[in-house]
Amino acid sequence: MCGAPAQGGTLAGIDLSTQTVIQGSVWHDGSPVAGAYVRLLDATDEFTAEVVTSPEGEFRFFAAPGTWTLRSLAPIGRAERSLDAEVGLNETTLAIA
Amino acid sequence: MSRTDVLVTADWAQEHLGQPGIVFVEVDEDTAAYDKGHIEGAVKLDWKTDLQDAEARDFVDREGFSALLSAKGISNDDTVVLYGGNNNWFAAYAYWYFKVYGHGDVKLIDGGRKKWELDSRPLSADVVERPATQYAAAEPDTSIRAFRDEVVAAIGTKNLVDVRSPDEFAGKLTAPAHLPQEGAQRAGHIPTAVNVPWSKAANEDGTFKSDEELAKLYAEAGLDEGKDTIAYCRIGERSSHTWFVLRELLGHPNVKNYDGSWTEYGSLVGVPIAKGA
Repeated sequence: MCGAPAQGGTLAGIDLSTQTVIQGSVWHDGSPVAGAYVRLLDATDEFTAEVVTSPEGEFRFFAAPGTWTLRSLAPIGRAERSLDAEVGLNETTLAIA
Repeated sequence: MSRTDVLVTADWAQEHLGQPGIVFVEVDEDTAAYDKGHIEGAVKLDWKTDLQDAEARDFVDREGFSALLSAKGISNDDTVVLYGGNNNWFAAYAYWYFKVYGHGDVKLIDGGRKKWELDSRPLSADVVERPATQYAAAEPDTSIRAFRDEVVAAIGTKNLVDVRSPDEFAGKLTAPAHLPQEGAQRAGHIPTAVNVPWSKAANEDGTFKSDEELAKLYAEAGLDEGKDTIAYCRIGERSSHTWFVLRELLGHPNVKNYDGSWTEYGSLVGVPIAKGA
């Protein structure tokens, strides 16, 4: 299990009392961006993981409590945002200008 | 061996599509991406169902690999050009695996599927059929594959390179952060290992950094070029990426990939484990 799990969808089966889930979607011009590369960077800006957004533009990471940066790459442009995550569900949106 | 012998650009790949004697192969764990669209003419290899034994935790055996490549229409004298998702992790794993089984000419597309997509290059959903061949794999070359006992023996004597993210190395995470946090029984790293995350060897678009940048990266991390090296990660795919850098791009002579990696080591009874940065 190390490939590219399907992004988005139900949280069923995910234990939100122990997992720190960071999820959200990538948007551009009022529409979700499918197939964007979203990477999770740690507090030192080091790469931690990368996924490809679903047809609905969704991404999901399993991290740990702390400060993280999300950065998306797509042919149409890039977006970036930082957040402080806690155990449980942490939702955010990345908007490509 | 030089960089151009083992690494091709996306431009080179696009110019050589359909050329006899060259087989493009996409390697992923989740082959859904291939099914939706792949480089024209490329065949697919599934990291799990094609390259792992169905029962034991190991490779498919020599006969199995021969049968697999025969069915995929790959010949011993073909140039195999690999690419895939996850910044070429699984393509690098397949590269190493093809080398274990003695394939002569193997190359990676620099940047893999990500670079190809970010460049908006064409993808095809056509089914690819190649006539079957009579592929003959060589005896496995264990000079590039490390097993657990030699990893334990390497503590404090050989270069051990842990290529996972800093938080996995420190023991804060037990898996890459796009996966649920599970895996080995214990978190941490092998004592005396240096942490050089695989991602430091790659640019954001998935291409490899220059030879100069790469040489500096491992020298600064304290890798002793006079010693043998073993690279590991969680299940051996990210460390294949670093194995490729050290042996194929930088030309270090004795570099092994430990595919048991943390899921094995972190579950062994009685071995030392270190935590923290």
